[in-house]
Amino acid sequence: MESHIQSLMEVLQQTKGYIYPNEVELHWGLLVVVYPYVTGLVAGAFILASLERVFNVKEVQPTYRLSLLTALAFLLVAPLPLLAHLGHPERSFEIFLTPNLNSAMAMFGFVYAWYLAVVLLLEIWFDYRKDAVVWSQKETGFRRFVHRLFTLGANDLSEEAVSFDRSAGKFITFIGIPSAFLLHGYVGFIFGSVKANPWWSSVLIPVVFLFSAMVSGIALILILYMLTSLFRRVEIDMRCADKLASFLLYALIIDFSLEMLDFIHRLYEAEESIEILSQMISSRLFISLVVLQILLGTVVPLVLLGIFSPAFHTRAFVNAPAELRRLIYFCAAILIQVGIFSTRWNVVIGGQIFSKSLRGLTVYKVELLGLEGLVTSVFLLILPFLILYVLVKFLPPWPEAEVTLPSKSQS
Amino acid sequence: MKRRDPSAMPGSREADGPANEPVDRRQFLSRSLPAGWVLLTALTGCGGGPAGPVEGGEEAASGQAPPGGAEAPAPGAEEAKAEDPLAGYDPSQHNYAMAINVDRCIGCGRCVEACKTENDVPREPFYFRTWIERYVVQRNGHTVVTSPNGGISGFPPVEEAEILRTFFVPKLCNHCDNPPCVQVCPVGATFKTEDGVVLVDHDYCIGCRYCIQACPYGARFLHPVTRTAEKCTFCYHRLVKGLIPACVEMCPTQARIFGDLDALSSPLARFQRMHKIQTLKSHLNTEPKVLYANLDGEVS
Amino acid sequence: MRQQVTRLTLLFVVLIGALIVARAFLVPETFGELGHFRATAIGETAGLEVKYAGRAACAECHVDVEETRAAGRHALVSCEACHGPGADHAEDPTAVQPEKPVGRDLCTLCHGYDPSRPTGFPQIDPTIHNPLQPCTACHEAHAPEPPVTPESCTGCHGQIARTKAVSHHALLACTTCHTVEEEHKLHPSASRPTKPADRSFCGRCHAPDAQPPADLIQQVPRVDFSTHGGHYVCWQCHYPHFPELR
Repeated sequence: MESHIQSLMEVLQQTKGYIYPNEVELHWGLLVVVYPYVTGLVAGAFILASLERVFNVKEVQPTYRLSLLTALAFLLVAPLPLLAHLGHPERSFEIFLTPNLNSAMAMFGFVYAWYLAVVLLLEIWFDYRKDAVVWSQKETGFRRFVHRLFTLGANDLSEEAVSFDRSAGKFITFIGIPSAFLLHGYVGFIFGSVKANPWWSSVLIPVVFLFSAMVSGIALILILYMLTSLFRRVEIDMRCADKLASFLLYALIIDFSLEMLDFIHRLYEAEESIEILSQMISSRLFISLVVLQILLGTVVPLVLLGIFSPAFHTRAFVNAPAELRRLIYFCAAILIQVGIFSTRWNVVIGGQIFSKSLRGLTVYKVELLGLEGLVTSVFLLILPFLILYVLVKFLPPWPEAEVTLPSKSQS
Repeated sequence: MKRRDPSAMPGSREADGPANEPVDRRQFLSRSLPAGWVLLTALTGCGGGPAGPVEGGEEAASGQAPPGGAEAPAPGAEEAKAEDPLAGYDPSQHNYAMAINVDRCIGCGRCVEACKTENDVPREPFYFRTWIERYVVQRNGHTVVTSPNGGISGFPPVEEAEILRTFFVPKLCNHCDNPPCVQVCPVGATFKTEDGVVLVDHDYCIGCRYCIQACPYGARFLHPVTRTAEKCTFCYHRLVKGLIPACVEMCPTQARIFGDLDALSSPLARFQRMHKIQTLKSHLNTEPKVLYANLDGEVS
Repeated sequence: MRQQVTRLTLLFVVLIGALIVARAFLVPETFGELGHFRATAIGETAGLEVKYAGRAACAECHVDVEETRAAGRHALVSCEACHGPGADHAEDPTAVQPEKPVGRDLCTLCHGYDPSRPTGFPQIDPTIHNPLQPCTACHEAHAPEPPVTPESCTGCHGQIARTKAVSHHALLACTTCHTVEEEHKLHPSASRPTKPADRSFCGRCHAPDAQPPADLIQQVPRVDFSTHGGHYVCWQCHYPHFPELR
């Protein structure tokens, strides 16, 4: 704790203007930035999967199962930054026992449980059930055990059973779309409903969160699709990649418009907080907001995708060969990840860097080690990929790995 | 063990009961998921702090709760208090509020010192249940606000020449009637009592800090040892004994007045009658119960 | 087809059932009795230790001090503001002795001059007011009335005096414009000095035909009151303690 006091002393030296004495300690740090970033990826990946299932966008079929597994991998990691951040994680189950229904945060437990159990796990189950049954028949040892466990003993492979699986999956995806909106939208509402904080309190925040989630999720799947195809030495389906890039561009345009609307609205109304917020943006948040979020994270990908992806016509503005397009998509997607992470940073950290007295600014000192440190957050961001690796090993999402049953059930 | 052919009889129920399954999947899942949750929390948690509500449940189960409506104090308390601190105290008779006359505050910081002593608030300059701000409105229109260590040792000298107005303002938790902090607590660890005091349950708080974010007045902080949210309690432990809060007791100029909003004749009632009353950030509709007189418009 | 449904339903029923059962054990007993919180928490907060006894407790034993204090200028000051928390001493007077402050630091904490303090609050400049001597050498701490009635107004109204001292009104005594009863020096709020009420007061020196005191007559600016300043009183524009200020 000594080092904590020491770092707070340093923060105290670096405050500008006047902050309330209790505001020296910044409470929601890097871990709380990671959380909406991760749930955003979940929601975005799921929406992409639903594009195929509900809206019948056939081109993105190769990424359907990958999107679901990615969403699951990130969803499993999502509560970890929250638990690590709590003052008393061992009491975290109280959210399930006595949730305060007036609090947006109390909804976390239920929305999370609903989304995990009723939407994501069920959807994966229904989609993989027949494959798991067939695999478990042919395998031995641990793999067989896992797949048998997965099937929950529902081993019916008849045509009715399999078509039930398909329609159930479709239904679940259908209810999954508003559920995905809720999963990430409520996080936006947690911030947007805090009237004490003029940087957060806004009707637009849940909507901006949602669309930036979709942007990051689609970008993530694009990156994963390309990387996994590279690792597996498999040809990338360019129609799929182009389609992903197109949807990425649509979502990015909407996201950018919403953020610009918020920005213009703030400047125009010029409420009491505008002075300190402008100071904050031009000093403390300049790099993370102007450079990373807006320029590198939004404008550059908008331009790249706008020029090179066939989003608004059968052909793109500039027709680039497939290798170049792949590279551009990849770069755009990486920049977008950086940009969306910066967005979360700017919302969470930005909201606490200025004083509620509107008279001063403090600093956020990121520690390297410790539960709230950089190392922990990097680990939490890598962990979903490790989980995804394990999931992919047991539930391969590749189109060629999918089991096709003969048209009549075997006796 | 007999191997079943799953596709042999499509649609028919399995002949085997749970005993013959290699692993009872239902039992496995229903045990492993809660256990996994506990494991997760144990891995990421520090496990510190006073005992949680599980102890309360155990207390109930073992029938240790005293009869007659009197309730036992904190399960983690070292000594078992024989007497009930609330005995003879009727919260329905009170609706506490504080009044502050800004024109009387001399910025001596005795209130801040008394509060930290009375409530064992950590002495570092980041944790305050109450503090004093000094406003210096300069002739050029700028206002400089300072609060060195919350004002606990008074204030340093200030250059006189450019001053238009200058004054001290005591700040504390406003014990709002419509408290945003209570609204956002996800587990019900902070609450408003019947006598109008907003308290924190330190054995139930999970330390999510949403209440600290939601407070418009910066009145809350996270206690570095208990890792729970903390703030002014109007010295509730003094109120139930008929005493007044430590800060009010110590103020040498009666800049702070304390009392019941419903009392017809009291210093608080007179204060409300004789002064024009302002509250902080009234546009947020938190309905604060700390009433200021002579509050300058520069105070934020 | 039904197989999937039955398996899943069973699984969910078990999980949710486990949650409901767990809830019955884990929710604290008193939760919800008085509101959405653990009712026992109120008692826990109420049972904390009291550190400051309050002046009524001190007065029970220290009757004479209380009488002295209540009649003096420190009537509003709590005993423990200077002597520290006394609940332990009140419990067991012989075991714990409160501190007696020495030196000047504690007194100057309140009484050292600070412009942010309200006008009229007794303040001194510690560097020139009997430096290095303990305050108790001249002031009885429980009834700190000044040992001699202040000769000039400067003792309490230092800021005004210092402002005036470098102004054009430097040679004017405070009593030139303010009528002060002796009572004001002993009980300031009981008897207030008067303030001039209208322009003609300032006209006693500044009107064209005025006859100011001979020793002050040099360079007294004359003003035609029929045209100067409209209907405003003089001090709405001119600060009387520093009249050249614009």
